[in-house]
Amino acid sequence: MNEFDDVVIDIQKLSFSRGDRSIYDEVDIKIPRGKITGIMGPSGTGKTTLLRLIGGQLKPDAGSILVDDENIPELNRSDLFSVRERMGMLFQSGALFTDISVFENVAFPIRVHTDLSDDMIRDVVLMKLQAVGLRGAHNLMPSELSGGMARRVALARAIALDPDIVMYDEPFTGQDPIAMGVLVNLIRRLNNSLGHTSIIVSHDIQETLGIADYIHIIADSKVIASGTPEELRQDDSPQVKQFMHGLPDGPVPFHYPAGDYETDLLRGQG
Amino acid sequence: MNQLALLGHAALSKLAAFGRAGMMLFQSLVAKPQPVIMFPLFVKQVYFVGVLSLIIIVVSGLFIGMVLGLQGYTILVDYGSEQAVGQMVALSLVRELAPVVTALLFAGRAGSALTAEIGLMKATEQLSSLEMIGVDPLRRIVAPRFWAGFVCLPILSAIFALVGVYGGAIVGVEWLGIYDGSFWANMQNSVDFYDDVLNGLIKAVVFGFVVTWIAVFQGYDCMPTSEGISQATTKTVVYASLAVLGLDFILTAVMFGEL
Repeated sequence: MNEFDDVVIDIQKLSFSRGDRSIYDEVDIKIPRGKITGIMGPSGTGKTTLLRLIGGQLKPDAGSILVDDENIPELNRSDLFSVRERMGMLFQSGALFTDISVFENVAFPIRVHTDLSDDMIRDVVLMKLQAVGLRGAHNLMPSELSGGMARRVALARAIALDPDIVMYDEPFTGQDPIAMGVLVNLIRRLNNSLGHTSIIVSHDIQETLGIADYIHIIADSKVIASGTPEELRQDDSPQVKQFMHGLPDGPVPFHYPAGDYETDLLRGQG
Repeated sequence: MNQLALLGHAALSKLAAFGRAGMMLFQSLVAKPQPVIMFPLFVKQVYFVGVLSLIIIVVSGLFIGMVLGLQGYTILVDYGSEQAVGQMVALSLVRELAPVVTALLFAGRAGSALTAEIGLMKATEQLSSLEMIGVDPLRRIVAPRFWAGFVCLPILSAIFALVGVYGGAIVGVEWLGIYDGSFWANMQNSVDFYDDVLNGLIKAVVFGFVVTWIAVFQGYDCMPTSEGISQATTKTVVYASLAVLGLDFILTAVMFGEL
């Protein structure tokens, strides 16, 4: 398990906690280069946290996160910013800059990191927007977009500079079926044609299984299973089965840790 | 014992916040200058922070000057020394009221807006996404706003004093009939450029630094929720006002108290 020829992100013995709650406990994750890797797990298991750790926005309590042999937690501020130039990230909320138009949002990373002429920037931006089906919306302001459209603009912005690593945080939530199909295709196509590495954090099981080359399932601060979609479908362990089939009962708790239900309800009637 | 621990905890968290604020300011301002990128951002913030604050500053300055003229006249006329209204208005404005009132108004008008704007950018992950694009939000968002506030407050304070003096003249000279020659001459004789005007400007510079620093820090450090932003905005106005009034006493003691 976990053996690849070419690993772009190598996470070793990663521990991270928020307050008293442990999010990761000595976790090892490897992300192969040029492939689509899915990170799945119930909500609240820290999937988004993992992306933030890889992006260096959070510091782990222990362990190393090697991106092309550079250990993210140990980089200084300016090295960290130069590593981030090779990463693109699609945020759950889209996180578009609300004071500039859709066009300028997508153009932003290009303007910051390249010296391209305005004509070329315009071409690149329109091509990226065309890819997400929103070329016609380039004059709109982010406040005029629906949530799903904002996410697609954010995707166009994330891939504007053709980064080596693209991290997608829940790309499928809030998309209508048509946009969903287009997005799945788009991510696949981008990955194949540009050769970059994609990391998809999601709990949309079918979409992720359909698109990912390799999947890690996270629960209870651990990686409970890793493998190709086919391997995971065949997996017999109760935890994986429960998650893959969306069953409420099983070893992975649906409830946030709490005391006994009955005692809790009766306590009020003192 | 528990109370003592709570006190210690509160003191430690305040100290930690102070440290974070210092680090934030240092990381925003100490870096390789990029005038081509930074200057347009700075100008835009000068517009939002400075130009848009002009109305409240001019109107307040005018009324405060008029009130000073009126109050000064009713007191001084009993002693037959109403010609001194000019110097009274000018000295109280230039030394105290212009920097202090401008800073208080600025904290309410521009400081709270800066905090809310940066806080909302944080809550909507715009700061995070800047970071992931490879742009330091401290340099891009915090620094231009800080410089704009720092530069604008002394200018607004000077405008406040100027308009206030005219307000005093309108009431004293035009309406109440003080002889304008002695009104202006007394003012000119008693207001010294270094002792009064410059010291007042130094106060405004210090207040500009403190108020804007508090505003951008509260925004940058806030909890990224609606409750967190509302708390941060309140804190900006409260802390900035208290800091201005406290610092004003210290500065006055140093400048005019001859301690």
